[in-house]
Amino acid sequence: MAMIESDDFVKALEDIGFDFFTGVPDTILGGIIEVLSDRRLYTPSVREDEAVAMAAGAFLGGKIPVVLMQNSGLGNAMNVLMSLHLIYRIPCLLIISWRGFEGKDAPEHLVMGQTMPQLMETIKIPYRTLSSETLVDDLRWTAQTFMDQRIPVALFLKKGVVKTIQP
Amino acid sequence: MMRPEEGVMQSRAQAIHALFDILADQPVIICNGFPSREAQKIKDRAGTFYMIGSMGVAASIGLGLALAQPDQQVVVFDGDGNVLMGMGTLATIGAVRPKNLTHVVFDNEVYGTTGNQPSYSRVVRLDQVAKAAGYATVERVWEREDIMYEFKHMLANDGPHFLLIKVNEQIEDADRVALDPPEITKRFRAAVGQG
Repeated sequence: MAMIESDDFVKALEDIGFDFFTGVPDTILGGIIEVLSDRRLYTPSVREDEAVAMAAGAFLGGKIPVVLMQNSGLGNAMNVLMSLHLIYRIPCLLIISWRGFEGKDAPEHLVMGQTMPQLMETIKIPYRTLSSETLVDDLRWTAQTFMDQRIPVALFLKKGVVKTIQP
Repeated sequence: MMRPEEGVMQSRAQAIHALFDILADQPVIICNGFPSREAQKIKDRAGTFYMIGSMGVAASIGLGLALAQPDQQVVVFDGDGNVLMGMGTLATIGAVRPKNLTHVVFDNEVYGTTGNQPSYSRVVRLDQVAKAAGYATVERVWEREDIMYEFKHMLANDGPHFLLIKVNEQIEDADRVALDPPEITKRFRAAVGQG
């Protein structure tokens, strides 16, 4: 399976309209964040709740925002997603690295790695797991869901799908 | 023991009155709890984004808006409990340094909406934290004329600005925010030209 180049991935996001990027880094996201930073498209956040709130402010100001985070940060972001985005109908794209996938990771990632899909189903945030074969369709679905439902939509990113830099 | 500023200190509602006297159509993000309720009662305006939840992130929303609309002077009305909860955002604002952001903090040293439990702002100087974080201007005021003078000055100059207003614990009798949250979003986006 061919890996997606970070540069191509960022261009694909821009092609469907995303124009504001923030987040908190993870090794899986390193390549994407490097490309975004080099192109001065990325504003780093210090916490994931801050990141999703910054994205909400950007949306209020007319931007189409993306937030990058490790899935551990989803816990930090949860209250803001539930008491801001979901009730105010403020959309954003969450690109969440899937640490702890199938239990193969450090202990701190295992509980979130196992429960992340159920968590998203519980709070009713639509999600897909990105792959190089389905990239075009995944992004089309992302844009459609974002526009139709006006709520956050998530793409899970497993290790080895988008090329990253060596940590 | 009475603090030196206590005799002339404003209530938060009085301070909000003073700020609204100066504001034209600048967008305002207001933190959750009584600050939003009081602001709605004092002067409901389309360019005000009333938060009803997500405590601690008013300044983050303001930062995102300021970055999205660099030609608008974005104003955040915040509280001491809120700033303490999202204190990392002071670092983000200090590092990103948006010129068009004015961060006003009503500091009553308590969690007023939930029954006046003391907050750490009575021992930790939030204005000094903002200064250390790198805000361009930091002022600490409590009298009406100082509030108005500093706020006017901040709106007219490059930020980011941090205006700490020491207020008393008095709460204005004000109803919950009347608008539905999606309506607040729609109305606010229209007011900032994104409707």
